[in-house]
Amino acid sequence: MIREALYVSAILFSIGVLGVLTRRNALILFMCVELMLNAVNLSFIALSRLHGVSGQVFVLFVMTVAAAEAAVGLAIVISVFRHYRTVDLGRIRLLRG
Amino acid sequence: MGTFYTVHFWLFSALAIVSALAMVTRRNPVAAALWLVNVMFALAALYVMLGADFLGAAQVLVYAGAIMVVFVFVVMLLNLGENDVKEQRSMGVAVAASVTACLLAAELLYMIRSQPISSAALTTVDGDALSPIANSLFTDNLVAFEVTSVLLLVAVIGAVVLAKRGKVANVVRS
Repeated sequence: MIREALYVSAILFSIGVLGVLTRRNALILFMCVELMLNAVNLSFIALSRLHGVSGQVFVLFVMTVAAAEAAVGLAIVISVFRHYRTVDLGRIRLLRG
Repeated sequence: MGTFYTVHFWLFSALAIVSALAMVTRRNPVAAALWLVNVMFALAALYVMLGADFLGAAQVLVYAGAIMVVFVFVVMLLNLGENDVKEQRSMGVAVAASVTACLLAAELLYMIRSQPISSAALTTVDGDALSPIANSLFTDNLVAFEVTSVLLLVAVIGAVVLAKRGKVANVVRS
């Protein structure tokens, strides 16, 4: 079932990319990034059946980094919301030329 | 691999993909978060079926239990509704994004299809599933483990500094 799990992982990653490209809500954009991280985790675990346990160890690291990223990212979202009163990424355009 | 295994593998795979699609299309952030929790649970089931029992449990605890609760907490804190964000509805962007995602998916699927993956080389999980992970984590990857703990500390401090209103934030900004 390794190949099938890799298929599922690829489809989930593409759905995450689709969300990042189309959505303008900062929170949902973060959720799509989490979805992509999860898709990569699935492929790590599938391949750890072939290449030993280090894939599973790496998934642990990915989970930790995802937790740290969520904490800092959501703090940034709160900070941006205080400043602009919105989480609409289409309306946060200070750095746009 | 029996029929029971195959049926449930595809069941949880379909659940994950359908929930992911539902998450991407929801307008309400809370609904999107709950669909993402659904994806996490389906993926936890897939982890267990692939022999990673510990990571399945960790997935439920860390992702579905902790990270998604933080997401929902922030959505509630900011009091976001359905109509607070004007989603980009221009057809050009939507079509371009869909084509890009489909091309990426096709390329990834083709790449996986062309790889020789022999099921003969499967490493079997015999008995204790946790001690191989722990052995690898605390011997080969010990430095990375310690660096990760520092990363978590930095993330905690950074989150507090960024989200705190008042003296600390002003000091950082000035």
